[in-house]
Amino acid sequence: MTTPDRAVNDRTDLYITPGHLACPGCGATLAMQWVLSVLGKDTVLGLPACCFSIISGAFPHTPLNVNLVHTAFETGAAIATGLKAGLEATGQGHVHVVAWVGDGGTFDIGLQALSGAAERNEDIIYVCYDNEAYMNTGNQRSSATPRFARTTTSPAGETMHKKDIMAIMAAHDIPYAASASIAFPDDLTAKVEKAKGITGTRFLHILVSCPTGWRMPSDMTITAARLAVETGIFPLVEIENGEKTAVTYLPETRIPVSEYLAIQGRFSGMSEDDIADIQRWVDDKWERLMKTADIPEP
Amino acid sequence: MRGDKQMKQLLEGNHAVAMGVLRSRVQVIPAYPITPQTHISELLSEFTSDGTMDARYIKVESEHSAMAACIGAATAGARTFTATSSQGLALMHEMLHWAAGGRLPIVMACVNRTLGSPWNIWNDQSDSMAQRDAGWLQFYCEDNQDCVDSVLLAYAIAEKVYTPAMIILDAFILSHTTEPVDVPDEKEADRFLSPLSNPHAIDLDSPRAFSPVVAPDHFTEVKYRQFDAVRRSLSVIDEEHRRFKDIFGREYTSVETYRTEDAEVIIAACGAVCGTIRAAVDRLRDEDIPVGMVKVRTFRPFPVESIRAAVSGASTICALDKSVTPGIGGPLAQEIRAALYDADIRPRVVGTVAGLGGRDITVDLIREAIMELSKTKKTPEPFFLGMK
Repeated sequence: MTTPDRAVNDRTDLYITPGHLACPGCGATLAMQWVLSVLGKDTVLGLPACCFSIISGAFPHTPLNVNLVHTAFETGAAIATGLKAGLEATGQGHVHVVAWVGDGGTFDIGLQALSGAAERNEDIIYVCYDNEAYMNTGNQRSSATPRFARTTTSPAGETMHKKDIMAIMAAHDIPYAASASIAFPDDLTAKVEKAKGITGTRFLHILVSCPTGWRMPSDMTITAARLAVETGIFPLVEIENGEKTAVTYLPETRIPVSEYLAIQGRFSGMSEDDIADIQRWVDDKWERLMKTADIPEP
Repeated sequence: MRGDKQMKQLLEGNHAVAMGVLRSRVQVIPAYPITPQTHISELLSEFTSDGTMDARYIKVESEHSAMAACIGAATAGARTFTATSSQGLALMHEMLHWAAGGRLPIVMACVNRTLGSPWNIWNDQSDSMAQRDAGWLQFYCEDNQDCVDSVLLAYAIAEKVYTPAMIILDAFILSHTTEPVDVPDEKEADRFLSPLSNPHAIDLDSPRAFSPVVAPDHFTEVKYRQFDAVRRSLSVIDEEHRRFKDIFGREYTSVETYRTEDAEVIIAACGAVCGTIRAAVDRLRDEDIPVGMVKVRTFRPFPVESIRAAVSGASTICALDKSVTPGIGGPLAQEIRAALYDADIRPRVVGTVAGLGGRDITVDLIREAIMELSKTKKTPEPFFLGMK
């Protein structure tokens, strides 16, 4: 007998099926679905410790319709390197190897392995799905956590600005680096499509809202992700060969950052000065981007 | 040198290992330099760049990534190799467990060097002994012939029991010392070692999660299977030793005895020091002192029954450790004691520690140790040979 649930789980057009263990409103699962929808079934994921270690469920279940290789925290880029080399050695070189890594595994503990793989221009797609803290372990700050965000290890608000990972990756002159958002799926899938056609290290930085950690209702996932882009906090860009940055989506008018901050409990308690401080920081960065990047025609 | 079929070659231990890797037709080699292992990865780098070897050589940025890349490549079904020493092995520690738990038949050479602090680049067995609980098979080499042969043997065994294997050679004493080595003929090596075909590797048509979360309701059974596979590997090791002898004529055993018949004292050790012990045994025998040697080639799995059988005629075992665990003593002494506890015949075990951080273990020193034994009481404390 086939239950309705089973029928859904047997759908092979879904790359991540219902029954996974993500929190309600998880942005990371959307990112996974979009990325895999472009790359297809001949994809192998290397997965270091991150939210997806849990989301993908415990033995003997898996909600993913591609092979998934779990690994230790700091090894996302290294396991992907090995997977690609092993697949090539066994006549399966056409397979896309994706390192699917959180912000902690990218910005912090896995940065060395990532830099190594990028420097060697390994033929892998490295996806950092960034929910801006160690959410899997209960919301501790990472170097991707934005200033003033409250986490369990920045209870009075984070003191440092978010690390500029795109600049770091661009400095490796890798063939393709791009930022993307789950609120802009056309832009996101176009970037995955582009990455798919390139050989060498491709880096995708996807901001994924996290209702649990960002302390907001679970129906605000897309709203928050969209506001991050529309405020200019998280610009959508791509950089080829470490050369010029191209903006791929230009907000008509930038929305004040206060609107983004106000919907998230993690930014509660910020003073007017704090908000003005973030606005200035974003404005400065935006101005620099507009001066140096290719801007799409309106 | 190179891949030609010339038979006896003068090779240092590191190059003997590299020749073993060449003959094993390894496909993926992630490597990171560290003294005293570096000559292995240098020669393999030459082999892969000049086309002698059809393998991908990955210049990773750390030993940790070297093992992670081995794990990735092995999960995809490729034959993989890396080499390291000392700090590099310690850095890999986390991934050693990952490789063993993932049941991946990776082979690694560990060129024994001590661990800091303080800094010391010379030989002892602290590094490999510290990894004895990581789930890897461990084979200690006595000479350079052993080094080349052990690589082929390690793949043959690891790929049958789905467990990674570490071949271990003493720094400088073997790694940088030249000896005549019979490099296995390419055809014979191929006859001994078939291409890897791992049914548990990634299958694109049957997506699975590798090393996923395993909850308490299954975890014990997963670990028991791993434990059982390693335990049962002892007979696989024997079988592969037999097969190896049939093809190449050279004989290896997990435990080897030397002049142990009627020996009152047996010196037990791992690695190159066994060569020195043989000479010491001969000298003591010339003085009518009845001593013998037991060489423990297979340290993991620990060959309990063979050890018991090998030492049953003696009254005293002198376990010579080239590493020491503060708070208890040398690992070999501990293992032999544990192996004998339930045995019918239980000789006393005296732990001796020598050769730390590259200090020579000489025939005289071993002779001294045997003389000292008569004065030593039964004690779990090791005595340190030749201490100033």
